[in-house]
Amino acid sequence: MEKVVLDAHNVSKVYNEASAVPVHAVNNVHLHITEGEFTALVGPSGSGKTTLLNLLGGLDRPTEGQIIVGGVDITGLKENELINFRLHNIGFVFQSFNLIPVLTARENIEFIMLLQGATRSERERRVSELLKAIGLSDKADARPGELSGGQQQRVAVARALASKPRFILADEPTANLDSASANNLLDMMVRLNREEKITFLFSTHDQRVIDRARRVVRLVDGKISEDTQ
Amino acid sequence: MLFTLAWRNLWRNKNRTLITMASISSAVLLSVTLVSLQRGIFDNLIRNVVSFYTGYVQIHGKGYWKDQTLENCLPLSDSLLQSVLHTPGVAGVAPRLEAFSLASFDEKTKGCMVVGIDPETENEITRLKDKLIAGEYPEKGGQGLMVAEELAKTMGVYTGDTLVLLGQSMYGSTAAGKFAITGILRFGAPDLNQRLVYMDISAARAMYDTGEGVTSLIVRPTDETRFRALAATLLASLSGEADVMTWEDKMPDIVQHIETDTASMYIISGVLYLLISFGIFSTLLMMLAERRREFGMLVALGMKRGLLARLAVMESVMVAFLGALAGILISFPVVWYLEKHPVKAWGALRETFERFGFEAVFPTVLQSDIFISQTAIVLVLALILAGYPAWHIMRLNTVQAIRS
Repeated sequence: MEKVVLDAHNVSKVYNEASAVPVHAVNNVHLHITEGEFTALVGPSGSGKTTLLNLLGGLDRPTEGQIIVGGVDITGLKENELINFRLHNIGFVFQSFNLIPVLTARENIEFIMLLQGATRSERERRVSELLKAIGLSDKADARPGELSGGQQQRVAVARALASKPRFILADEPTANLDSASANNLLDMMVRLNREEKITFLFSTHDQRVIDRARRVVRLVDGKISEDTQ
Repeated sequence: MLFTLAWRNLWRNKNRTLITMASISSAVLLSVTLVSLQRGIFDNLIRNVVSFYTGYVQIHGKGYWKDQTLENCLPLSDSLLQSVLHTPGVAGVAPRLEAFSLASFDEKTKGCMVVGIDPETENEITRLKDKLIAGEYPEKGGQGLMVAEELAKTMGVYTGDTLVLLGQSMYGSTAAGKFAITGILRFGAPDLNQRLVYMDISAARAMYDTGEGVTSLIVRPTDETRFRALAATLLASLSGEADVMTWEDKMPDIVQHIETDTASMYIISGVLYLLISFGIFSTLLMMLAERRREFGMLVALGMKRGLLARLAVMESVMVAFLGALAGILISFPVVWYLEKHPVKAWGALRETFERFGFEAVFPTVLQSDIFISQTAIVLVLALILAGYPAWHIMRLNTVQAIRS
């Protein structure tokens, strides 16, 4: 039986609700993500991809609906509970590389585990594994400024994986990468997905991502217009 | 990790951190130097004023200060003298017998204040010997007079002349005597220079018939800064037998002058610290603007806002501490040098100072509490100002911050 990691019911997000012209960024979306999926959320600009991703990741709260992650309705969590939930359950990869510039690649990955309260030996072991997995063991002590865009995004993926999340949300992860770097990054993600059953949910315009996705969910005007599941 | 992160963040923008530190250290340098200078000038002023005449602490007979007559003089028994001398914090004691009299020479007569002293102990406290401009400083038990310069001029007398003194004894009878002038004294304060006549205390006691009585006992403290505590100890040990007054009680106008000047310094320091605050605050604003996205990302990843706020506060306190530390390291040799080589007054200002018997110098004092208090002020300011980024982080909209 497939394990559901994310279950969104009737999720809507309305901006300027009280005004004469409310904006329905996400409109009555139902979405189930099961373990090991490699899903691309696609759609034109303004279709609500990023808003939906933010809602699913607990960064924003829906106006309506329920979002259940690992059996927990995250829409009912308080701010600090939500932050803690994200720390232990959801990995994020952002469009711009968003590493902490003053920390090395190793420290960036380790940082999340420090927040989780992992022991030193556990951290060291996991960081080494992840650096190896992303093929950057030799860049462990390099700061983000010393890494290429593609390498920075790989470190960002490793950081997202460090907390052993239920799934990873990646918002346009290839948007700022050249073609070779984007392909490398995506290949790495596909490998992690296949070999380690890591669940990925992308918001993207990038055809390379769409080509690799096993499921494509298309959003138009905040509604799911197509789901290839 | 938080400390490492804060420390490295500090050096993300080296120039900005260094400029902020430089502004803080300059303000600390200025503030420490000004406060040290002000305190040094006041200490010098007090030393000058106290050495004029009053001493730091005086003991009087009960009620003498309100009604300065010989009837209220203090019977100075040997046991009382020993008791005062053995009080902790007392370095020395000089007895004085002061009485108003008429001084007469030839056909001239003028009112004067006759001061009976022990020449040795008096000199220890008021450095009277330094004020001698002609003649000789008397030995203990000597019979001669030392007359203030202006009074001597008015009377037309000089060393070798004989002055007749006419006053009233403790019992109301006439007290009179003829004394040879052995010395001329010059006082900075015109009032003292026009009316003081010094003689040995035993001769004064005999003339005014006070027996063992004295009008004041000038006490020299071992630690001049603890004169108030010494006065309180003496008052307690004398158990109501006498009144004890500090120089502050006797010269409230000087105290008021110091208080007024100190208040002005507080205003100047306040302006300095306001400038520092603007410097720190502008750094914090720039830091917030530059790192808004990063803060949003960290909260998104699962860093609690409280922890992030602590990071921002730590960075702000670190830069303030480093700035203050640098300020102190620079100001220490400056203050030390100005203490050892005080700024000297020149021109008319110097003449004025010297005319009034003051040293025409502006020394600083090297006191640890000045350095500590200035550092503490900067750190407290940084802590208060760091409240803004902390507040900002606590209210941060994560989604908007990530998009910014």
